[in-house]
Amino acid sequence: MTSDRNDVPLRSTARDALKIVIVGGFGVGKTTMVGAVSEIRPLSTEEIMTRAGVGIDDPSAVADKNATTVAFDFGRITLNDEKVLYLFGAPGQQRFWFLWDQLFGGSLGAVVLVDTRRLADSFYAIDRLEHHGTPFIVAVNRFPGPAPDAPPARAAPSLARVRAALDLPPGVPLVECDARLRPSCKSVLIDLVQHLTSLHFPETTP
Amino acid sequence: MNPRDVGREDPDRLFIVTGGRADTDGPVLDLVSLIVGGGAAPPGTPSEQAGVLARCRDFPVSVAELSAHLDLPVSVVKIVLRDLAREGRVTVRPPVSAPPRDQLPDLETLRQVLVGLHDL
Repeated sequence: MTSDRNDVPLRSTARDALKIVIVGGFGVGKTTMVGAVSEIRPLSTEEIMTRAGVGIDDPSAVADKNATTVAFDFGRITLNDEKVLYLFGAPGQQRFWFLWDQLFGGSLGAVVLVDTRRLADSFYAIDRLEHHGTPFIVAVNRFPGPAPDAPPARAAPSLARVRAALDLPPGVPLVECDARLRPSCKSVLIDLVQHLTSLHFPETTP
Repeated sequence: MNPRDVGREDPDRLFIVTGGRADTDGPVLDLVSLIVGGGAAPPGTPSEQAGVLARCRDFPVSVAELSAHLDLPVSVVKIVLRDLAREGRVTVRPPVSAPPRDQLPDLETLRQVLVGLHDL
């Protein structure tokens, strides 16, 4: 896992780290998106999950031989001499709830990454984010289009249909991206930060 | 996302690292708290502590990166770090601009993030 590229150190003046969480179902492209914009190759770390669902800050779980671990990926972007932004890819499924406080606590906000072929994978994440009051935007990862001979019914749904299917409130931005491409992922992150900025001025929020 | 059995991999390692403690004294640590070390590990330093000290001796390193590089779960790394912090062998730079729960990030922070992202 370790490589020279991963050893690119932070600046010695770095003293103020920030988090953005990219959440979505398995295989939706979270790690691809992290890797597209990260200055280091995405790293994988893990946290302990016990069968009893003990909170992650209860280290007695460590001694539990029945403990399993859940891996999650992350990368980083140096913003300036002092600030560095970490991007975490978070599994959106309910059984990973125990990770959520650790990932979302103190985060700037979240990007829900969506695969239109598996929209239902996003329901739980969106519900939890709304419940927690974590601001977020939704980004549809447009995978390479359907095969030329695919029936019309298989064509990717429009953003309006995705919004309706996800029952997204009007104030939550919904954008398209290609998680493989750096400019596209950069644009998604900028969309999120602009959304967070706009929330400071609710009278002008559409 | 790939649950696996910790015990099968290395039965007693985590227990030894932590001493089996449920010890949460010491500084509050976030995944992105930045750790700065104070020097080389003296002889006899437990290997996990030595691993942390070697990683953060010259540059700040986040808790998440220490966990990834040392191949230890985040909560185990936090226990090691709390021990080192209590002994004054590492200092912690907390994420001071992180928004408190139910609050938006402040506008100056958002502005700096936006500038940094545009420069990508």
